[in-house]
Amino acid sequence: MNLSLKKQLELDAVQIRKGVIEGTYNAKSGHPGGSLSIAEILAYLYRVEMNIDPKNPKMENRDRFVLSKGHAAPALYAALANRGYFPVEDLKTLRKSNSYLQGHPNMNHVPGVDMSTGSLGQGVSAAAGMALASKLQGGSFRVYSILGDGEIEEGQVWEAAMFAAAKKLDDLCIVVDNNDLQIDGTLEQVNSPYPIPEKFAAFGWHVIEIDGNNLDEIEAAFAEARTVKGKPTAIIAKTVKGKGVSYMENQVSWHGAAPNGEQYDIAMSELNKAEAALEG
Amino acid sequence: MADIIKTATREAYGKALVELGRKNEKVYVFDADLAAATKTGMFKKEFPDRFIDCGIAEGNMMGVAAGMAAAGFTVFASSFAMFAAGRAFEQVRNTIGYPHLNVKIGATHAGISVGEDGASHQCCEDIALMRTIPGMTIINPADDVEARAAVLAAAETEGPVYMRFGRLAVPRIFDESYNFEIGKGSYLKEGKDAAIIASGLLVERALQAAELLKSEGIDAAVINMATIKPIDRDIIIDAAKKTGAIVTAEEHNVIGGLGGAVAEVVCETVPVPVLRVGVEDTFGKSGPALELLEIFGLNAENICAKVKAAIALKK
Repeated sequence: MNLSLKKQLELDAVQIRKGVIEGTYNAKSGHPGGSLSIAEILAYLYRVEMNIDPKNPKMENRDRFVLSKGHAAPALYAALANRGYFPVEDLKTLRKSNSYLQGHPNMNHVPGVDMSTGSLGQGVSAAAGMALASKLQGGSFRVYSILGDGEIEEGQVWEAAMFAAAKKLDDLCIVVDNNDLQIDGTLEQVNSPYPIPEKFAAFGWHVIEIDGNNLDEIEAAFAEARTVKGKPTAIIAKTVKGKGVSYMENQVSWHGAAPNGEQYDIAMSELNKAEAALEG
Repeated sequence: MADIIKTATREAYGKALVELGRKNEKVYVFDADLAAATKTGMFKKEFPDRFIDCGIAEGNMMGVAAGMAAAGFTVFASSFAMFAAGRAFEQVRNTIGYPHLNVKIGATHAGISVGEDGASHQCCEDIALMRTIPGMTIINPADDVEARAAVLAAAETEGPVYMRFGRLAVPRIFDESYNFEIGKGSYLKEGKDAAIIASGLLVERALQAAELLKSEGIDAAVINMATIKPIDRDIIIDAAKKTGAIVTAEEHNVIGGLGGAVAEVVCETVPVPVLRVGVEDTFGKSGPALELLEIFGLNAENICAKVKAAIALKK
């Protein structure tokens, strides 16, 4: 990855994080922790990896993205706004009764959202359906989906995993956001789905393990996924929940809580500093 | 009566899918390892490349169907009613219903006429479940002619459709000239004393009941209500006004099905007595289908008794 692209992607990730804080602060609710953890992955998908056109969100053979962990909607909305699907200013209307930016993504209301999600375990099946559609049309597009690591405790994820491998859906690439925290505690404390790579491998997937906040590793993983034929790919991305906001990092309490005024100021000052450093 | 044609509506579903498949190459059929029973096997045989067996995983099947629909295909997702509406309720609600995707759910083996398999497979709750999903169309055809028409109409309808079919061979009621329209009930017989509003295999039994009542001097109308949602309010209001007494008849729990839908309309518009024939909020059991229909009171005699009781309740 050349330096100017890397800088651009780092900037994208910071701006996505600012959107997450802006949205959840104004909404006084939402899920910042698991939104902040996937900022680099979304930045890479929407800037580099996916064949999309923000001016034509319904472009026929566009690559699809399904946010199976739909509660990370603040990050998806910020990534879309950042690429021009709709005004960044609208992120402040997140979760408001007169806003199109619902608490969880709605494909009929938000430009760029390819599937309505929010009920955990379901998005990945829809992503498999899209990948099947692509395959039936000769592999005309690729399908990406981000799942939570807690989400994979849902049995449907493994129904979908079995299906995608059995049908050889090599246009499907999922990312498991392995930040190791879910609402009630660590994955180990709640209901451990570990070891995750071995499980997907056993289900017949190509598995890649990366640091999900590292852009070089993200780039390499998506590039490798494109070369895989005859099976779907699962990228197990180790991430930091709450990444980029000092007091939120690795804190389970920030799974589903919004910053108050003081916390908002601290978060934005940290992110603005990071942004200024990249722009300087 | 040897010339009466008897066909299960699931059989008509399988045939109609083949007919549709020949006309429209965007039509795909999904099943969950029940192709022989749901009759989607007919489609599989003719269009193996457009048949996807999703295995015994109905929740995932509904999600995959949604993804296919979002990419521009029309998918008929098939299983038993118990698993299509029951097991996969939340997938249907959130990933098909909420985004209003073009998935047609073919649910066979509905009701107690499943027979010997017993209560675990006798779904009498599916209409109640599907009715509460905004934007869901629900069709419960009475015979093979109507079942075929329903499948073809569903393919032409935008958004999700739940089609309810039976395992048991039932007598043909309609002839080939029958004109089916989603959302429209129809008078099969006019009458002035009471109106029987029926769906599915109870339509034939409602017609028998009307004959029996006639011999006792009671003039009962019979309405076929194949579409449970959106319900045909006009014909219900018309029947309530004309007869002043309504009896519903269905192979479903008396709670939340056709009876509930009709009672809601009647109570809000022309409040007259509504009595319901259906499964009386109980689970089914094993036994030959025809015997079970008698045991659970899904027969002409019970409809007659309810009609008389409804008439007695008139002011």
